[in-house]
Amino acid sequence: MTNGIIWKLIIVVGVLVVTLTIAGGLIWVERRLLALWQDRYGPNRVGPFGLLQVLADMVKVMTKEDWLPPFADKAVFIIAPAIIVLTVLAAFAVIPFAPGVEVVELNISLLFFLAMSSLGVYSVAFAGWASDSKYSLLGGLRAAAQMLSYEVFMGLSLMGVVMMAGSFNLVKIVETQREMWYCIPQCIGFVVFLIAGVAETRRLPFDLPEAESELVAGFHSEYSGMKFGMFFVGEYLGITLVSALTVTLFFGGWLGPVLPPLVWFTIKTFIMIAFFVLLRASLPRPRYDQLMAYGWKVLLPFSLLNIVVTGGILLAAAN
Amino acid sequence: MNAPFYIAAVVAFLSTFMVVTRRNAVHALLYLVVSLLSVALVFFLLGAPFVAALEVIIYAGAIMVLFVFVIMMLNIGRQTAEQEREWLNPEIWLGPAVLTLVLAGELIYVLSRMHGRAYALSVVSPKQVGIALLGPYVLGVELASMLLLAGLVGAFHLGRREGTGGERRP
Repeated sequence: MTNGIIWKLIIVVGVLVVTLTIAGGLIWVERRLLALWQDRYGPNRVGPFGLLQVLADMVKVMTKEDWLPPFADKAVFIIAPAIIVLTVLAAFAVIPFAPGVEVVELNISLLFFLAMSSLGVYSVAFAGWASDSKYSLLGGLRAAAQMLSYEVFMGLSLMGVVMMAGSFNLVKIVETQREMWYCIPQCIGFVVFLIAGVAETRRLPFDLPEAESELVAGFHSEYSGMKFGMFFVGEYLGITLVSALTVTLFFGGWLGPVLPPLVWFTIKTFIMIAFFVLLRASLPRPRYDQLMAYGWKVLLPFSLLNIVVTGGILLAAAN
Repeated sequence: MNAPFYIAAVVAFLSTFMVVTRRNAVHALLYLVVSLLSVALVFFLLGAPFVAALEVIIYAGAIMVLFVFVIMMLNIGRQTAEQEREWLNPEIWLGPAVLTLVLAGELIYVLSRMHGRAYALSVVSPKQVGIALLGPYVLGVELASMLLLAGLVGAFHLGRREGTGGERRP
Protein backbone atom coordinates (compact mmCIF):
# COMPACT_ATOMS: atom_id res chain seq x y z
CA MET A 1 0.00 0.00 0.00
CA THR A 2 2.63 2.57 1.10
CA ASN A 3 4.94 1.26 -1.62
CA GLY A 4 2.20 1.93 -4.15
CA ILE A 5 1.73 5.47 -2.89
CA ILE A 6 5.48 6.18 -2.96
CA TRP A 7 5.73 4.75 -6.50
CA LYS A 8 2.82 7.01 -7.59
CA LEU A 9 4.48 10.03 -5.97
CA ILE A 10 7.75 9.26 -7.77
CA ILE A 11 5.86 9.08 -11.07
CA VAL A 12 3.96 12.32 -10.42
CA VAL A 13 7.11 14.24 -9.48
CA GLY A 14 9.05 12.59 -12.31
CA VAL A 15 6.43 13.51 -14.93
CA LEU A 16 6.30 17.09 -13.64
CA VAL A 17 10.08 17.53 -13.62
CA VAL A 18 10.64 15.85 -16.99
CA THR A 19 7.84 17.66 -18.83
CA LEU A 20 8.79 21.06 -17.44
CA THR A 21 12.46 20.46 -18.24
CA ILE A 22 11.57 19.40 -21.77
CA ALA A 23 9.37 22.48 -22.16
CA GLY A 24 12.30 24.68 -21.12
CA GLY A 25 14.82 22.75 -23.17
CA LEU A 26 12.61 22.94 -26.25
CA ILE A 27 13.32 26.68 -26.51
CA TRP A 28 16.94 25.77 -27.27
CA VAL A 29 16.06 22.70 -29.37
CA GLU A 30 13.66 24.70 -31.51
CA ARG A 31 16.08 27.56 -32.13
CA ARG A 32 18.94 25.19 -32.98
CA LEU A 33 16.81 23.03 -35.27
CA LEU A 34 15.34 26.07 -37.03
CA ALA A 35 18.86 27.38 -37.53
CA LEU A 36 19.99 24.02 -38.91
CA TRP A 37 17.18 23.96 -41.49
CA GLN A 38 17.68 27.60 -42.39
CA ASP A 39 21.46 27.19 -42.83
CA ARG A 40 22.66 29.33 -39.93
CA TYR A 41 24.11 28.69 -36.45
CA GLY A 42 21.44 29.61 -33.91
CA PRO A 43 22.34 30.17 -30.24
CA ASN A 44 25.83 28.66 -29.79
CA ARG A 45 27.68 31.11 -27.50
CA VAL A 46 26.43 30.36 -23.97
CA GLY A 47 27.93 27.12 -22.68
CA PRO A 48 28.55 23.96 -24.74
CA PHE A 49 26.50 24.08 -27.99
CA GLY A 50 24.68 27.07 -26.52
CA LEU A 51 22.92 24.79 -24.03
CA LEU A 52 23.05 27.34 -21.23
CA GLN A 53 20.99 29.68 -23.40
CA VAL A 54 17.92 28.14 -21.73
CA LEU A 55 19.22 29.15 -18.31
CA ALA A 56 20.05 32.67 -19.51
CA ASP A 57 16.56 33.02 -20.99
CA MET A 58 15.00 31.80 -17.74
CA VAL A 59 16.95 34.27 -15.62
CA LYS A 60 16.01 37.03 -18.04
CA VAL A 61 12.30 36.29 -18.04
CA MET A 62 12.21 35.86 -14.24
CA THR A 63 13.93 39.18 -13.54
CA LYS A 64 11.96 41.23 -16.05
CA GLU A 65 9.43 43.77 -14.83
CA ASP A 66 6.06 42.09 -14.42
CA TRP A 67 3.75 44.84 -15.61
CA LEU A 68 0.05 44.75 -14.81
CA PRO A 69 -1.81 47.08 -17.18
CA PRO A 70 -3.94 49.51 -15.15
CA PHE A 71 -6.83 49.06 -17.60
CA ALA A 72 -6.81 45.25 -17.38
CA ASP A 73 -9.28 43.08 -15.47
CA LYS A 74 -6.74 42.09 -12.81
CA ALA A 75 -8.08 38.78 -11.50
CA VAL A 76 -8.79 37.28 -14.93
CA PHE A 77 -5.54 38.72 -16.31
CA ILE A 78 -3.54 36.84 -13.65
CA ILE A 79 -5.52 33.58 -13.83
CA ALA A 80 -5.34 33.25 -17.64
CA PRO A 81 -1.67 32.18 -18.03
CA ALA A 82 -2.02 29.68 -15.19
CA ILE A 83 -4.97 27.93 -16.86
CA ILE A 84 -3.02 26.80 -19.92
CA VAL A 85 -0.14 25.33 -17.90
CA LEU A 86 -2.53 23.63 -15.48
CA THR A 87 -4.70 22.01 -18.13
CA VAL A 88 -1.76 20.75 -20.18
CA LEU A 89 0.01 19.35 -17.11
CA ALA A 90 -3.24 17.68 -16.00
CA ALA A 91 -3.55 16.04 -19.42
CA PHE A 92 -0.07 14.50 -18.97
CA ALA A 93 -1.53 12.50 -16.06
CA VAL A 94 -3.19 10.00 -18.43
CA ILE A 95 -0.31 9.51 -20.90
CA PRO A 96 1.14 5.99 -20.54
CA PHE A 97 4.91 6.50 -20.90
CA ALA A 98 5.69 2.81 -20.43
CA PRO A 99 3.86 -0.19 -18.90
CA GLY A 100 3.04 0.90 -15.34
CA VAL A 101 4.63 4.33 -15.73
CA GLU A 102 1.63 6.66 -15.71
CA VAL A 103 -0.03 8.80 -13.10
CA VAL A 104 -3.59 7.43 -13.42
CA GLU A 105 -5.16 4.75 -15.53
CA LEU A 106 -8.66 5.92 -16.42
CA ASN A 107 -10.91 3.90 -18.70
CA ILE A 108 -11.79 7.21 -20.38
CA SER A 109 -8.25 8.59 -20.54
CA LEU A 110 -8.59 9.70 -24.16
CA LEU A 111 -11.70 11.72 -23.31
CA PHE A 112 -9.86 13.20 -20.33
CA PHE A 113 -7.19 14.49 -22.72
CA LEU A 114 -9.86 16.00 -24.99
CA ALA A 115 -11.56 17.61 -21.99
CA MET A 116 -8.33 19.18 -20.77
CA SER A 117 -7.35 20.43 -24.20
CA SER A 118 -10.80 21.98 -24.64
CA LEU A 119 -10.43 23.81 -21.31
CA GLY A 120 -7.12 25.27 -22.47
CA VAL A 121 -9.06 27.60 -24.79
CA TYR A 122 -10.13 29.70 -21.81
CA SER A 123 -6.57 30.69 -21.08
CA VAL A 124 -6.14 32.35 -24.47
CA ALA A 125 -9.67 33.73 -24.73
CA PHE A 126 -9.62 35.25 -21.24
CA ALA A 127 -6.09 36.58 -21.72
CA GLY A 128 -7.29 38.40 -24.82
CA TRP A 129 -10.38 39.74 -23.09
CA ALA A 130 -8.78 40.73 -19.78
CA SER A 131 -5.97 42.69 -21.47
CA ASP A 132 -8.58 45.18 -22.68
CA SER A 133 -6.63 46.15 -25.79
CA LYS A 134 -7.80 45.74 -29.36
CA TYR A 135 -4.95 43.54 -30.58
CA SER A 136 -5.33 41.23 -27.61
CA LEU A 137 -9.08 41.03 -28.10
CA LEU A 138 -8.70 40.18 -31.79
CA GLY A 139 -6.14 37.52 -30.91
CA GLY A 140 -8.40 36.10 -28.21
CA LEU A 141 -11.38 35.97 -30.60
CA ARG A 142 -9.33 34.23 -33.25
CA ALA A 143 -8.00 31.76 -30.70
CA ALA A 144 -11.46 30.94 -29.36
CA ALA A 145 -12.90 30.29 -32.82
CA GLN A 146 -9.86 28.40 -34.09
CA MET A 147 -9.42 26.13 -31.10
CA LEU A 148 -13.14 25.44 -30.81
CA SER A 149 -13.35 24.42 -34.48
CA TYR A 150 -10.23 22.29 -34.54
CA GLU A 151 -11.24 20.56 -31.32
CA VAL A 152 -14.20 19.11 -33.24
CA PHE A 153 -11.97 17.54 -35.91
CA MET A 154 -9.49 16.42 -33.29
CA GLY A 155 -12.17 14.51 -31.41
CA LEU A 156 -13.69 13.03 -34.58
CA SER A 157 -10.33 11.97 -36.02
CA LEU A 158 -9.61 9.92 -32.90
CA MET A 159 -12.85 7.96 -33.09
CA GLY A 160 -11.41 5.64 -35.77
CA VAL A 161 -8.65 4.61 -33.37
CA VAL A 162 -11.18 4.17 -30.56
CA MET A 163 -13.32 1.93 -32.79
CA MET A 164 -10.35 -0.23 -33.76
CA ALA A 165 -9.07 -0.54 -30.19
CA GLY A 166 -12.58 -0.86 -28.72
CA SER A 167 -11.68 1.38 -25.79
CA PHE A 168 -10.98 4.96 -24.67
CA ASN A 169 -8.21 3.60 -22.48
CA LEU A 170 -4.80 4.72 -23.76
CA VAL A 171 -3.02 1.67 -22.32
CA LYS A 172 -5.40 -0.65 -24.21
CA ILE A 173 -4.95 1.45 -27.36
CA VAL A 174 -1.18 0.93 -27.15
CA GLU A 175 -1.55 -2.79 -26.40
CA THR A 176 -3.74 -3.36 -29.49
CA GLN A 177 -1.00 -1.92 -31.73
CA ARG A 178 1.32 -4.91 -31.35
CA GLU A 179 0.63 -6.16 -34.90
CA MET A 180 0.37 -2.84 -36.67
CA TRP A 181 0.65 0.80 -35.68
CA TYR A 182 -2.58 2.71 -36.21
CA CYS A 183 -0.87 5.27 -38.44
CA ILE A 184 -1.26 2.79 -41.34
CA PRO A 185 -4.95 1.72 -41.15
CA GLN A 186 -5.95 5.10 -39.67
CA CYS A 187 -3.85 7.26 -42.01
CA ILE A 188 -6.66 9.80 -42.59
CA GLY A 189 -7.37 10.05 -38.88
CA PHE A 190 -3.64 10.49 -38.25
CA VAL A 191 -3.27 13.37 -40.70
CA VAL A 192 -6.40 15.13 -39.44
CA PHE A 193 -5.29 14.68 -35.82
CA LEU A 194 -1.85 16.07 -36.59
CA ILE A 195 -3.25 19.17 -38.30
CA ALA A 196 -5.79 19.69 -35.51
CA GLY A 197 -3.01 19.19 -32.95
CA VAL A 198 -0.93 21.95 -34.53
CA ALA A 199 -3.98 24.23 -34.51
CA GLU A 200 -4.79 23.38 -30.88
CA THR A 201 -1.30 24.31 -29.73
CA ARG A 202 -1.47 27.49 -31.85
CA ARG A 203 1.84 26.73 -33.54
CA LEU A 204 2.96 28.01 -36.90
CA PRO A 205 1.43 27.74 -39.49
CA PHE A 206 -1.69 28.08 -37.33
CA ASP A 207 -0.46 30.80 -34.96
CA LEU A 208 -3.06 33.33 -36.12
CA PRO A 209 -4.05 34.29 -32.56
CA GLU A 210 -0.60 35.81 -32.11
CA ALA A 211 0.23 36.64 -35.73
CA GLU A 212 2.92 39.23 -35.05
CA SER A 213 2.76 40.82 -38.49
CA GLU A 214 -0.89 41.86 -38.00
CA LEU A 215 -1.71 41.72 -34.28
CA VAL A 216 1.55 42.82 -32.53
CA ALA A 217 1.60 39.67 -30.38
CA GLY A 218 -2.09 38.82 -30.37
CA PHE A 219 -3.61 37.62 -27.13
CA HIS A 220 -0.41 38.10 -25.08
CA SER A 221 0.45 41.62 -26.31
CA GLU A 222 -0.02 43.09 -22.82
CA TYR A 223 1.78 40.32 -20.95
CA SER A 224 5.32 40.63 -19.67
CA GLY A 225 7.75 38.88 -17.34
CA MET A 226 6.87 35.45 -16.03
CA LYS A 227 3.19 35.71 -17.01
CA PHE A 228 4.33 35.88 -20.62
CA GLY A 229 6.75 33.08 -19.78
CA MET A 230 3.83 30.93 -18.63
CA PHE A 231 2.19 31.22 -22.06
CA PHE A 232 5.48 30.19 -23.59
CA VAL A 233 5.89 27.23 -21.25
CA GLY A 234 2.27 26.31 -21.92
CA GLU A 235 2.89 26.32 -25.66
CA TYR A 236 5.96 24.08 -25.42
CA LEU A 237 4.19 21.78 -22.96
CA GLY A 238 1.35 21.61 -25.48
CA ILE A 239 3.72 20.55 -28.26
CA THR A 240 5.18 17.84 -26.03
CA LEU A 241 1.70 16.67 -25.07
CA VAL A 242 0.40 16.46 -28.64
CA SER A 243 3.61 14.69 -29.73
CA ALA A 244 3.35 12.19 -26.87
CA LEU A 245 -0.31 11.56 -27.66
CA THR A 246 0.34 11.12 -31.39
CA VAL A 247 2.98 8.54 -30.52
CA THR A 248 0.59 6.77 -28.12
CA LEU A 249 -2.31 6.71 -30.56
CA PHE A 250 -0.69 6.18 -33.93
CA PHE A 251 2.92 5.00 -33.45
CA GLY A 252 2.56 2.19 -30.95
CA GLY A 253 3.49 4.19 -27.82
CA TRP A 254 6.20 2.38 -25.88
CA LEU A 255 6.21 -0.67 -28.22
CA GLY A 256 9.45 -1.44 -30.03
CA PRO A 257 12.19 -4.06 -30.21
CA VAL A 258 15.42 -4.36 -28.12
CA LEU A 259 15.39 -1.00 -26.32
CA PRO A 260 13.38 -0.55 -23.07
CA PRO A 261 9.82 0.84 -23.48
CA LEU A 262 10.53 4.26 -21.95
CA VAL A 263 13.42 4.84 -24.36
CA TRP A 264 11.24 3.98 -27.36
CA PHE A 265 8.56 6.37 -26.16
CA THR A 266 11.08 9.18 -25.70
CA ILE A 267 12.69 8.64 -29.11
CA LYS A 268 9.35 8.62 -30.92
CA THR A 269 8.14 11.70 -29.03
CA PHE A 270 11.29 13.63 -29.90
CA ILE A 271 10.92 12.76 -33.58
CA MET A 272 7.37 14.16 -33.44
CA ILE A 273 8.57 17.33 -31.70
CA ALA A 274 11.23 17.78 -34.38
CA PHE A 275 8.49 17.41 -36.99
CA PHE A 276 6.53 20.21 -35.28
CA VAL A 277 9.59 22.46 -35.49
CA LEU A 278 10.12 21.54 -39.14
CA LEU A 279 6.51 22.58 -39.85
CA ARG A 280 7.27 25.98 -38.35
CA ALA A 281 10.41 26.32 -40.45
CA SER A 282 8.77 25.44 -43.75
CA LEU A 283 5.12 26.53 -43.94
CA PRO A 284 3.67 30.04 -44.36
CA ARG A 285 0.78 31.27 -42.26
CA PRO A 286 -2.66 31.07 -43.98
CA ARG A 287 -5.25 33.86 -43.93
CA TYR A 288 -7.80 33.56 -41.14
CA ASP A 289 -10.83 32.74 -43.33
CA GLN A 290 -8.71 30.19 -45.23
CA LEU A 291 -7.94 28.49 -41.93
CA MET A 292 -11.61 28.23 -40.95
CA ALA A 293 -12.78 27.20 -44.44
CA TYR A 294 -10.04 24.56 -44.62
CA GLY A 295 -11.14 23.10 -41.29
CA TRP A 296 -14.86 22.93 -41.93
CA LYS A 297 -14.80 22.14 -45.65
CA VAL A 298 -11.86 19.70 -45.84
CA LEU A 299 -11.01 18.25 -42.43
CA LEU A 300 -14.58 17.73 -41.21
CA PRO A 301 -15.79 15.70 -44.25
CA PHE A 302 -12.59 13.65 -44.23
CA SER A 303 -12.81 12.79 -40.54
CA LEU A 304 -16.51 11.87 -40.89
CA LEU A 305 -15.71 9.72 -43.92
CA ASN A 306 -12.95 8.05 -41.92
CA ILE A 307 -15.41 7.14 -39.16
CA VAL A 308 -17.98 5.72 -41.60
CA VAL A 309 -15.42 3.65 -43.54
CA THR A 310 -13.70 2.36 -40.39
CA GLY A 311 -17.05 1.42 -38.87
CA GLY A 312 -18.14 -0.34 -42.06
CA ILE A 313 -14.94 -2.36 -42.35
CA LEU A 314 -15.04 -3.33 -38.68
CA LEU A 315 -18.68 -4.45 -39.01
CA ALA A 316 -17.89 -6.46 -42.13
CA ALA A 317 -14.90 -8.07 -40.39
CA ALA A 318 -16.99 -8.92 -37.33
CA ASN A 319 -19.59 -10.79 -39.40
CA MET B 1 -16.17 8.62 2.85
CA ASN B 2 -18.40 10.84 0.77
CA ALA B 3 -16.18 13.87 1.30
CA PRO B 4 -15.21 14.35 -2.40
CA PHE B 5 -18.89 14.34 -3.33
CA TYR B 6 -19.85 16.94 -0.76
CA ILE B 7 -16.88 19.17 -1.59
CA ALA B 8 -17.80 19.06 -5.28
CA ALA B 9 -21.44 19.72 -4.43
CA VAL B 10 -20.59 22.72 -2.24
CA VAL B 11 -18.29 24.13 -4.96
CA ALA B 12 -21.07 23.65 -7.52
CA PHE B 13 -23.56 25.40 -5.28
CA LEU B 14 -21.30 28.35 -4.43
CA SER B 15 -20.12 28.87 -8.00
CA THR B 16 -23.67 28.75 -9.35
CA PHE B 17 -24.66 31.32 -6.75
CA MET B 18 -21.80 33.54 -7.91
CA VAL B 19 -22.95 33.14 -11.54
CA VAL B 20 -26.28 34.71 -10.67
CA THR B 21 -24.93 37.51 -8.52
CA ARG B 22 -21.94 38.70 -10.59
CA ARG B 23 -22.42 41.98 -12.46
CA ASN B 24 -19.53 41.42 -14.86
CA ALA B 25 -20.67 38.95 -17.50
CA VAL B 26 -17.22 37.42 -18.02
CA HIS B 27 -16.76 36.81 -14.30
CA ALA B 28 -20.19 35.17 -14.21
CA LEU B 29 -19.11 32.91 -17.09
CA LEU B 30 -15.91 31.96 -15.29
CA TYR B 31 -17.98 30.85 -12.31
CA LEU B 32 -20.35 28.98 -14.62
CA VAL B 33 -17.39 27.03 -16.00
CA VAL B 34 -16.31 26.14 -12.46
CA SER B 35 -19.89 25.10 -11.69
CA LEU B 36 -20.00 22.80 -14.74
CA LEU B 37 -16.63 21.29 -13.81
CA SER B 38 -17.81 20.49 -10.30
CA VAL B 39 -21.01 18.95 -11.68
CA ALA B 40 -18.80 16.82 -13.94
CA LEU B 41 -16.89 15.69 -10.86
CA VAL B 42 -20.19 14.76 -9.20
CA PHE B 43 -21.11 12.69 -12.27
CA PHE B 44 -17.71 10.99 -12.09
CA LEU B 45 -18.18 10.13 -8.43
CA LEU B 46 -21.69 8.81 -9.12
CA GLY B 47 -20.20 6.23 -11.49
CA ALA B 48 -20.72 7.93 -14.84
CA PRO B 49 -17.21 8.80 -16.09
CA PHE B 50 -18.35 9.01 -19.71
CA VAL B 51 -21.02 11.59 -18.93
CA ALA B 52 -18.52 13.48 -16.78
CA ALA B 53 -16.05 13.65 -19.67
CA LEU B 54 -18.75 14.77 -22.11
CA GLU B 55 -19.93 17.40 -19.64
CA VAL B 56 -16.45 18.92 -19.62
CA ILE B 57 -15.81 18.55 -23.37
CA ILE B 58 -19.19 19.77 -24.60
CA TYR B 59 -20.57 22.10 -21.94
CA ALA B 60 -17.49 23.51 -20.23
CA GLY B 61 -15.18 23.25 -23.23
CA ALA B 62 -17.36 24.13 -26.21
CA ILE B 63 -20.70 25.77 -25.38
CA MET B 64 -19.22 28.03 -22.71
CA VAL B 65 -16.43 29.04 -25.10
CA LEU B 66 -19.14 30.18 -27.53
CA PHE B 67 -20.70 32.24 -24.71
CA VAL B 68 -17.31 33.80 -23.97
CA PHE B 69 -16.84 34.42 -27.69
CA VAL B 70 -20.13 36.31 -28.00
CA ILE B 71 -19.53 38.35 -24.85
CA MET B 72 -16.06 39.28 -26.08
CA MET B 73 -17.58 40.47 -29.36
CA LEU B 74 -20.21 42.57 -27.57
CA ASN B 75 -17.45 44.54 -25.85
CA ILE B 76 -19.39 45.20 -22.69
CA GLY B 77 -17.59 47.27 -20.12
CA ARG B 78 -18.31 49.24 -16.97
CA GLN B 79 -21.50 50.77 -18.37
CA THR B 80 -23.15 47.39 -18.65
CA ALA B 81 -22.05 46.48 -15.13
CA GLU B 82 -23.76 49.67 -13.93
CA GLN B 83 -26.89 48.79 -15.90
CA GLU B 84 -26.81 45.33 -14.35
CA ARG B 85 -26.57 46.90 -10.91
CA GLU B 86 -29.74 48.87 -11.59
CA TRP B 87 -31.57 45.81 -12.87
CA LEU B 88 -30.62 43.59 -9.98
CA ASN B 89 -32.34 45.52 -7.19
CA PRO B 90 -33.39 43.61 -4.06
CA GLU B 91 -37.10 43.52 -4.96
CA ILE B 92 -36.40 41.44 -8.04
CA TRP B 93 -34.71 38.81 -5.87
CA LEU B 94 -37.87 38.22 -3.85
CA GLY B 95 -39.94 36.10 -6.24
CA PRO B 96 -37.17 33.72 -7.40
CA ALA B 97 -35.89 33.41 -3.82
CA VAL B 98 -39.26 32.24 -2.51
CA LEU B 99 -39.68 29.74 -5.35
CA THR B 100 -36.11 28.45 -4.85
CA LEU B 101 -36.76 28.01 -1.13
CA VAL B 102 -39.81 25.88 -1.92
CA LEU B 103 -37.66 23.69 -4.20
CA ALA B 104 -34.85 23.51 -1.63
CA GLY B 105 -37.33 22.43 1.04
CA GLU B 106 -38.66 19.71 -1.21
CA LEU B 107 -35.12 18.57 -2.02
CA ILE B 108 -34.19 18.36 1.67
CA TYR B 109 -37.39 16.40 2.39
CA VAL B 110 -36.67 13.90 -0.42
CA LEU B 111 -33.01 13.53 0.57
CA SER B 112 -33.82 12.98 4.26
CA ARG B 113 -36.10 10.06 3.32
CA MET B 114 -33.47 8.15 1.35
CA HIS B 115 -30.53 8.37 3.74
CA GLY B 116 -27.73 5.85 3.93
CA ARG B 117 -27.60 4.88 0.25
CA ALA B 118 -24.19 4.36 -1.31
CA TYR B 119 -23.80 6.94 -4.04
CA ALA B 120 -21.91 4.92 -6.65
CA LEU B 121 -24.50 2.25 -7.46
CA SER B 122 -22.77 0.98 -10.59
CA VAL B 123 -20.25 2.33 -13.06
CA VAL B 124 -21.71 3.03 -16.50
CA SER B 125 -19.17 2.40 -19.25
CA PRO B 126 -19.07 4.37 -22.54
CA LYS B 127 -20.17 1.21 -24.39
CA GLN B 128 -23.34 0.91 -22.31
CA VAL B 129 -24.18 4.55 -23.00
CA GLY B 130 -23.69 3.98 -26.73
CA ILE B 131 -25.82 0.82 -26.78
CA ALA B 132 -28.60 2.57 -24.86
CA LEU B 133 -28.51 5.63 -27.15
CA LEU B 134 -28.64 3.65 -30.40
CA GLY B 135 -30.95 0.98 -28.99
CA PRO B 136 -34.08 1.97 -27.02
CA TYR B 137 -33.44 5.72 -27.34
CA VAL B 138 -32.62 5.84 -31.05
CA LEU B 139 -35.75 7.87 -31.83
CA GLY B 140 -34.72 10.57 -29.37
CA VAL B 141 -31.23 10.72 -30.86
CA GLU B 142 -32.65 11.01 -34.38
CA LEU B 143 -35.08 13.76 -33.32
CA ALA B 144 -32.27 15.68 -31.63
CA SER B 145 -30.14 15.40 -34.76
CA MET B 146 -33.04 16.70 -36.90
CA LEU B 147 -33.42 19.65 -34.54
CA LEU B 148 -29.69 20.41 -34.74
CA LEU B 149 -29.78 20.15 -38.53
CA ALA B 150 -32.70 22.60 -38.63
CA GLY B 151 -30.69 24.97 -36.43
CA LEU B 152 -27.69 24.61 -38.71
CA VAL B 153 -29.71 25.35 -41.84
CA GLY B 154 -31.30 28.33 -40.10
CA ALA B 155 -27.91 29.71 -39.04
CA PHE B 156 -26.60 29.25 -42.58
CA HIS B 157 -29.59 31.12 -44.01
CA LEU B 158 -29.15 34.03 -41.58
CA GLY B 159 -25.40 34.23 -42.12
CA ARG B 160 -25.63 34.15 -45.91
CA ARG B 161 -24.96 37.29 -47.90
CA GLU B 162 -27.40 38.39 -50.58
CA GLY B 163 -26.30 38.36 -54.20
CA THR B 164 -23.00 36.55 -53.74
CA GLY B 165 -24.45 33.05 -53.88
CA GLY B 166 -23.51 32.51 -50.25
CA GLU B 167 -19.82 33.05 -50.95
CA ARG B 168 -18.02 35.43 -48.67
CA ARG B 169 -15.67 37.77 -50.45
CA PRO B 170 -12.39 38.39 -48.63
